[in-house]
Amino acid sequence: MNGATVSPPLLETRDLRTHFRRGGWLEPVRTLRAVDGVSIGLARQETLGLVGESGSGKTTLGRSILRLVEPTAGRVLLSGEDITELSQAALRPIRRRMQIVFQNPYASLNPRRSIGAIVAQPLAVHAVPGDHDRMVGDLLDRVGLPRDAARRYPHEFSGGQRQRVAIARALALRPDLVVADEITSGLDVTVKLRVLALLRDLQAEFRVAYLFISHDLAVVRQVADRVAVMYLGQVVEEAPTEALFERPLHPYTQALRASVPFPDPTSVWRPPVLPGDPPSPIAIPPGCRFHPRCPIAESRCRAESPQLRALGPGHRVACHLVT
Amino acid sequence: MTPSASPPVLEIAGLTVRYGARLATWAVDLRLGPGEVLGLVGESGAGKSTVGRAVVRLLPEPGRIHDGAIRLQGRDLLALSETEMRRLRGADLALIPQDPLSALNPTFRIGLQATDALRIHRGLSRTAARAEMTRLLGRLGIADAADVLERYPHELSGGMRQRVLIGMAFACEPTLVIADEPTTALDVTTQAQILRLLEGLQAERRVATLFVTHDLGVVAHLAHRIAVMYAGCLVESAATRDLFRAPAHPYTQGLLAQALRADLRAHAGAALDGLMPVLTASPAACPFRERCPRRLAICDQAMPALGEIAPGHAVACHLYEAA
Repeated sequence: MNGATVSPPLLETRDLRTHFRRGGWLEPVRTLRAVDGVSIGLARQETLGLVGESGSGKTTLGRSILRLVEPTAGRVLLSGEDITELSQAALRPIRRRMQIVFQNPYASLNPRRSIGAIVAQPLAVHAVPGDHDRMVGDLLDRVGLPRDAARRYPHEFSGGQRQRVAIARALALRPDLVVADEITSGLDVTVKLRVLALLRDLQAEFRVAYLFISHDLAVVRQVADRVAVMYLGQVVEEAPTEALFERPLHPYTQALRASVPFPDPTSVWRPPVLPGDPPSPIAIPPGCRFHPRCPIAESRCRAESPQLRALGPGHRVACHLVT
Repeated sequence: MTPSASPPVLEIAGLTVRYGARLATWAVDLRLGPGEVLGLVGESGAGKSTVGRAVVRLLPEPGRIHDGAIRLQGRDLLALSETEMRRLRGADLALIPQDPLSALNPTFRIGLQATDALRIHRGLSRTAARAEMTRLLGRLGIADAADVLERYPHELSGGMRQRVLIGMAFACEPTLVIADEPTTALDVTTQAQILRLLEGLQAERRVATLFVTHDLGVVAHLAHRIAVMYAGCLVESAATRDLFRAPAHPYTQGLLAQALRADLRAHAGAALDGLMPVLTASPAACPFRERCPRRLAICDQAMPALGEIAPGHAVACHLYEAA
């Protein structure tokens, strides 16, 4: 880090783009712009919530940061070190510092391996010295599972318990960053709330930062320090959690927020109905990507793409019209 | 509305469904008046979807109706032959499923499958059925309905497919609609669109609807009455406002306490402890007792009966039984 006095953020992306080619052979080749110019930062022990609907690119962004898919352009920096172009071999020691927990704990745990073997695998792969059995026992204990769970198999556990196993595995190497990709979808509210509480407890203890990807605004509100809202491959609004929920500025964030029906029959629920469906990342509209569905779009929005600009402490919005 | 004044559209009495050794529902009683929307809520495994599937007699294997009666406008559905049942489904009795993709045949165009019911049950010609379906889909906010009928299911978005299935469900003016988590698989802005469409259709046609969901927010705004299930048993039912204002069963109280507040924050830390049990035989004691904060001695000894504590408000809990 070129002699700067401030330490770099744990994670930074600069204009990151991940495009996929679709079609070919008998079909025209089209470019699917899943992530299309995202610059975000994440400090140590911080949680950034990444919110968006299907097709917004949030999952691809998480995977591009971990280099599980290869970015097309832009940069990924971990503690100031550019890891975008590192070979897979050079990435290995860096992977110890960044882990992922996947959405579906039924698919992400090998059914033929014991819980102990699953949680110990990263320790073995990275040849961590020490008594792995004891370390696995401690990890299971920390995520609220009995130590003897190590001898049992994934099918003996519920969805919420499996997600605890996946969290234990992700934390085994004491990483600096965990990407949590929709880890509570499909869980009942009761179980969801307990997994979220666990994540919060573990954050302080393991001094880990989370990139918390979710479509569920309520879940994000529970865990995130800051929130970035994605629409069609770009961040349209970013703010500290309170500000984003109390004072959402982008019309898309406002619609997202107002779409959630509250469990209170005396409250009025009249979400602004966005016309149509989110357009496909293969055919991204010109100008502001949100303009075809935006309730306040003007002619300028159809021509010019808005840049993120600061509208309050830590609050950035990509919209021509909000002030 | 006074649902008790007119004869019920749907009457379920003592419904017990088994999946092999497991009791999915036990002695469930439910009534739906004309034009009434009943929200059936509970966690996964509570038996709510099983009730819906039993009514249309489409239980997944090895599900069997072990005991009880289901009457549609006085007609005993369990006494009907499979042929007679098929005549009812898609006509008087419509199902809106959770996953619209698996409910549509991927190898046929939308137009062919969507007009089946109109041709078979209402005897319309192919042309007349297409015209009617185009009109109906237009009513559901599909501007280019004629074009949609030409496409295959995979070419439509999730929200579009769900609109097609809602169109199919309402096509033959059913007397009862079973909506089984119809918006769970959708993004939140699409869910808002679909719920408002359902609300509009319901207000216009006044079709009795059994709305199965895990989301209290959804039924708070849609349902006239709510019934809560736990471990296969019906534990409480009341008018929507009464249930939210004065939940009586400790389980309902817990469920509401951990639901979202209007600011999208759940009551952190209010998660119910423990797990829902699985019944294998008629319950000899209250199934909620292990998790109940207000457990009495009698709760271990007898299953509480569902009893009225106020007009239209019934609860199965020993706390409310007359001493």
